[in-house]
Amino acid sequence: MLAAILVKTVVYGSVYALAAIGFSLIFGVARVINLAQAAFSVLAAYILYGLVSPVIGVQLALAPALIISVGGAILLGIFMYKFCVDPVREHHGAVLLITVAFAMLIEQGLSMRFWSDPASVDSFVQGSSTIFGVGVLNHYLLILGVTVALVTALQLFLSKTRMGIAVRAVANDTEVASLMGISPAKVLMITIVIAAALAGVSGVLIAPLGYFSSPHKWGSLLMLLMVIVVIGGLGSIKGSIIGALIVAFVEELCIYDPLKLFGYGAAYLLNGFVMLAMVIVLVVRPAGLFGTLFEEEKL
Amino acid sequence: MLKRLLKNFRYGVLPVPGRVIAIVFFIFLFIFPLIIQDTYYIDMMITATILAIFAVSWDLLAGYTGQFNFGHAVFFGVGAYTTGMLNSLLGWPMPATMIIGILAAVAVGILTCFPALRLRGPYLSLLTLAFPLMLASLVMYFAHYTGGHQGLGGLTVMAETLVEKYYICLIVMTASVLIMWKLTDAGSRYVRTGLVFHAIREDEIAARALGINTIRYKLLAFAIGGFFAGLAGVLYAHKHAYITVAVFGISLSFQAMIFVLFGGIVTIYGGIIGAYVLYPLVAFSYDVQSIIESIRSAIPPSMVPLLHIMSFLERFAIYPTAALAIVIILILLFMPEGIGVWLRHKIERECPRCKLHNVAWRKECRACSAPLR
Repeated sequence: MLAAILVKTVVYGSVYALAAIGFSLIFGVARVINLAQAAFSVLAAYILYGLVSPVIGVQLALAPALIISVGGAILLGIFMYKFCVDPVREHHGAVLLITVAFAMLIEQGLSMRFWSDPASVDSFVQGSSTIFGVGVLNHYLLILGVTVALVTALQLFLSKTRMGIAVRAVANDTEVASLMGISPAKVLMITIVIAAALAGVSGVLIAPLGYFSSPHKWGSLLMLLMVIVVIGGLGSIKGSIIGALIVAFVEELCIYDPLKLFGYGAAYLLNGFVMLAMVIVLVVRPAGLFGTLFEEEKL
Repeated sequence: MLKRLLKNFRYGVLPVPGRVIAIVFFIFLFIFPLIIQDTYYIDMMITATILAIFAVSWDLLAGYTGQFNFGHAVFFGVGAYTTGMLNSLLGWPMPATMIIGILAAVAVGILTCFPALRLRGPYLSLLTLAFPLMLASLVMYFAHYTGGHQGLGGLTVMAETLVEKYYICLIVMTASVLIMWKLTDAGSRYVRTGLVFHAIREDEIAARALGINTIRYKLLAFAIGGFFAGLAGVLYAHKHAYITVAVFGISLSFQAMIFVLFGGIVTIYGGIIGAYVLYPLVAFSYDVQSIIESIRSAIPPSMVPLLHIMSFLERFAIYPTAALAIVIILILLFMPEGIGVWLRHKIERECPRCKLHNVAWRKECRACSAPLR
């Protein structure tokens, strides 16, 4: 049972991590809590569903459908940032509300076409394999591979390229970065593109797992993202990955319930335990495990 | 006494259009059941009234004190479930359970504050988000006592008729809004909470350096916020005598935030504007469909473009949430401080010398005759 818990922790953790990194990145660079992040995942998943299944009368091959759905999420992300978030950036509350409104808009726009159908897409790879005596769908392994590849690429981008260093500079101190000749607007745009792309990729990858049972599902995904990012520390990529693993571990522990503590109905407590993990981490380390607090955020 | 009131009214209220509008609005609320007898609309207004208390209590905590609470529903839910379980399972009398429910919400507010004392900004927001979800999962787990999915029924109803309920809620709302307004009034001579709350929001370290015990005042803010949010929850529970786990829902917390940010944050009236404009708007938009239908049937078939517009509107009206989202985005883009503050700046102008509010079209201040603008 321990092997099952650990293997599933890694597998689910990688799924969560992929979605959470974008959220964390936007916060780290732009200091914007993007509550529409999960809605972008949902959007990409539903575009994919619409394109590969006969539901809207178009049927494409998998590869172009994937590109279009991730591209759709990126375009919407750019639109939201450029025309809705950027004009009101000084008003902290207004930004939050606008991103929530955007998420609601995406949800309603999707339900105009798909009602509350699940985004049922076939797995990209078939079959399953056995790791340490635990059966795992090959699709999960694909997700694990994609996550590792994307995270490595992102780390390389942030540490090796000029643009990546500029992104980190803006995240550290916007004023000084702009004095050094970096254009914060450009850097923010690149961050938004990366974050929306990560959201889109995670959406299309999760879609075949049957996670998106209706367009309303962004709420629970968003909750999970927030918990992960807060546990790991807002703005830290390493933190998001560790946070995702912690959340996945707590979830699996609650589902398998090795000590038989809760009996029937333990699934209801799942959310509560995940939240409890977050509260404990925050009380012990107010900035999350790997987060840094800016001077004005310290107490 | 009466003379002084009259004098205050004549020189303090009548020359300021914002205050006149507020008084006219409250008079309208008090005669509302006399004008409209439709039970659907009265019921809608009762919910809007309860949500107004809830939204204003969020404004006190998040707007004035700067504790940007994402999980305000925890107070609402604890109030509702405490009174509900004591009243329906143990059969205790309603007034007693109501008071216990409010006190439980205050206790939860103080308990919430302890972890929140160490955090600020987005971390505080995300931490507070966790509490209602934890309690919701407890409600689902102990379904034997709380009803779980089915919800908890069998409570005592607040009053027999809908109009009585309306007046109870309205009077409670007016009283609590007045109390919260006075508590947050920075210029008050009697209580200094308003000033301290502003100081904590603007710069907590500076406030502490001035010798203000910020921890005590933050605890107080959470207790007051919990008190009024719990009051709203208790009223809600005894309105329909039935509650579900939705009282801990994330959408309820966001509703309070949306109402306040729509009307204007750090103004007590903002939450009231939001609750009384947005809540009925969503409810009305279910009727819009039939209105559009009747308009369309009146249009002669030769006017094709108009028919197209109508059918587009009709498709849109099926999704009131989408319409609401667009309205919120547009309003925040053009008036990011909220519609109430924007409107107030349009009709009132502050005197640069004595800080008194004047009608926008006056050339000079009514008290010190300094030229305005």
